[in-house]
Amino acid sequence: MFKALLFDLGSGFLVTCEIFALTLVIAIPLGLIVAFGSMSRFKPLKYFIRGFVWVIRGTPLMLQLLIVCYGPGLIGLFTVTEPMIAVIIAFSINYACYFSEIYRGGIESISRGQYEAGAVLGMSKGQTFFHVILPQVVKRIVPPMSNEIITLVKDTSLANTIAVIEIIRVAKNFTGTYAVNIIIPLLVAGIFYLVFVGLLTLLFGFIEKKMSYYKV
Amino acid sequence: MSEEMIKRAPETILEVKGIKKKFGETEVLKGIDFSVAKGEVVVIIGSSGSGKTTLLRCLNFLEFSDEGTISVNGEVLYDGLAEQTAKKKLKHNDKLLRVKRLHFGLVFQNFNLFPHKSVINNLTLAPTLQFKSDLRAAKKAEKEKARALKKASSAEEIAAAEAKYAANGKPDYRDVEEIKEKALSTLERVGLLEKKDNYPCELSGGQQQRVAIARALVMNPDILCFDEPTSALDPELTGEVLKVIRELKDSDTTMIVVTHEMEFARDVADKIIFMANGVIEEAGTPEEVFGNPKSEKTKAFLASRNK
Ligand SMILES: Nc1ncnc2c1ncn2[C@@H]1O[C@H](COP(=O)(O)OP(=O)(O)OP(=O)(O)O)[C@@H](O)[C@H]1O
Ligand SMILES: [Mg+2]
Repeated sequence: MFKALLFDLGSGFLVTCEIFALTLVIAIPLGLIVAFGSMSRFKPLKYFIRGFVWVIRGTPLMLQLLIVCYGPGLIGLFTVTEPMIAVIIAFSINYACYFSEIYRGGIESISRGQYEAGAVLGMSKGQTFFHVILPQVVKRIVPPMSNEIITLVKDTSLANTIAVIEIIRVAKNFTGTYAVNIIIPLLVAGIFYLVFVGLLTLLFGFIEKKMSYYKV
Repeated sequence: MSEEMIKRAPETILEVKGIKKKFGETEVLKGIDFSVAKGEVVVIIGSSGSGKTTLLRCLNFLEFSDEGTISVNGEVLYDGLAEQTAKKKLKHNDKLLRVKRLHFGLVFQNFNLFPHKSVINNLTLAPTLQFKSDLRAAKKAEKEKARALKKASSAEEIAAAEAKYAANGKPDYRDVEEIKEKALSTLERVGLLEKKDNYPCELSGGQQQRVAIARALVMNPDILCFDEPTSALDPELTGEVLKVIRELKDSDTTMIVVTHEMEFARDVADKIIFMANGVIEEAGTPEEVFGNPKSEKTKAFLASRNK
């Protein structure tokens, strides 16, 4: 009985992990592109990107999810048949925008002197960015990034609103079909999240420690 | 002029003519002319805001002067007016900019070491990246040359291909090891060999500045510029940095030093340039400028310094 519960919740959790991993894989690099856009010297692009980031950060992810999933159908374009795709698109865009602001803060916190030191040593802009600026940015953004990433773990549960069968959805379904106290599947689902977030916290702590070989 | 004097006349390495620079409406440099001979140490003094830093930044192409020319070893590296009208601006040409910048080195007031790199890696980073990209370029050129030679049928065509790719010279170094050796010997020169594996945050300000000097030296600049190298240091740490600069003078390094340390200026300089309000108000040997200043502004400046 309990085994079946764990098994079903576990398979739901795999979907949760899938949303989590795919979102990160897309949003981490996409965020860097958005960050470059928001710092562009080409004003129209800069303001467009900043406006876009403002909209995404200023509205609920739930709303964005619904719009990506049902929007195309509602304006008569096409129907989204695979809700998982809508989830990945909405989550990736949302998180790319949050990450971009973290990247931008990190990049802007590096002093102009670092760029100039690279320049007078004959380094190209690209070399200076990748060998001087980016490694320092990475160290500075680990703490805010770990916060966002932990929030993402929990945000994945929003996917169940558009019928993606992730762990919360599985737990809710349990309460209808199995003759167990309805609270138990929900509590067990909570434990899945706790363990996962706990592991991530350890991982980020480890990364922060690895990067503390120099102080700023 | 006797033949003797011509023979001894030192070789001019840097020639600066008519440098003007505006930031918005304010004209910061109003026409700067001077030259530096090989092995010479030129010290620039002047009150705050007179444009000393801006001048050094123009020489290192961190700023681009609106007018004027900068020539090194007789070659015009930069022409402000030409840059203004040029379609393809030097400013935006990373490759060309690198070649020109490498004639100069710049030591900053606040060091600007790379905090995430150990001392030795601060020194080797730029030359290693340069070496790798040169190597890539050389390999590519080699391939193209081989292809061109294969296609070439006549002796002229072969000669033309040889000539075309001869310019794509070899990297400055044999291998990465050689860069490291050079970095280590340079660290030894500034007395910091034992700190090679430390990070900048583990060093005192004076040591950091000596690393910054070594980092600039590794690039073999023709002219090494210093912008107030001791201004960010506690008074008890300035000595070790000034000592390194003196030793560089003894080994005939061509230098332009902006400083507020008058005693040091007098002692190390072959030539003093006094700047005021964006012009060179007075220039000459230390004896002339310090001992017998001609301009009223120079006198007033020196008097304020001696208080
Ligand atoms: N990027 C800039 N934009 C606008 N004004 C600038 C800029 N850089 C320098 N200036 C101005 O140019 C003038 C000369 O500055 P500069 O830094 O060259 O003086 P300095 O002789 O080095 O002074 P100090 O002895 O204080 O270092 C100052 O009035 C300064 O405010
Ligand atoms: Mg200055």
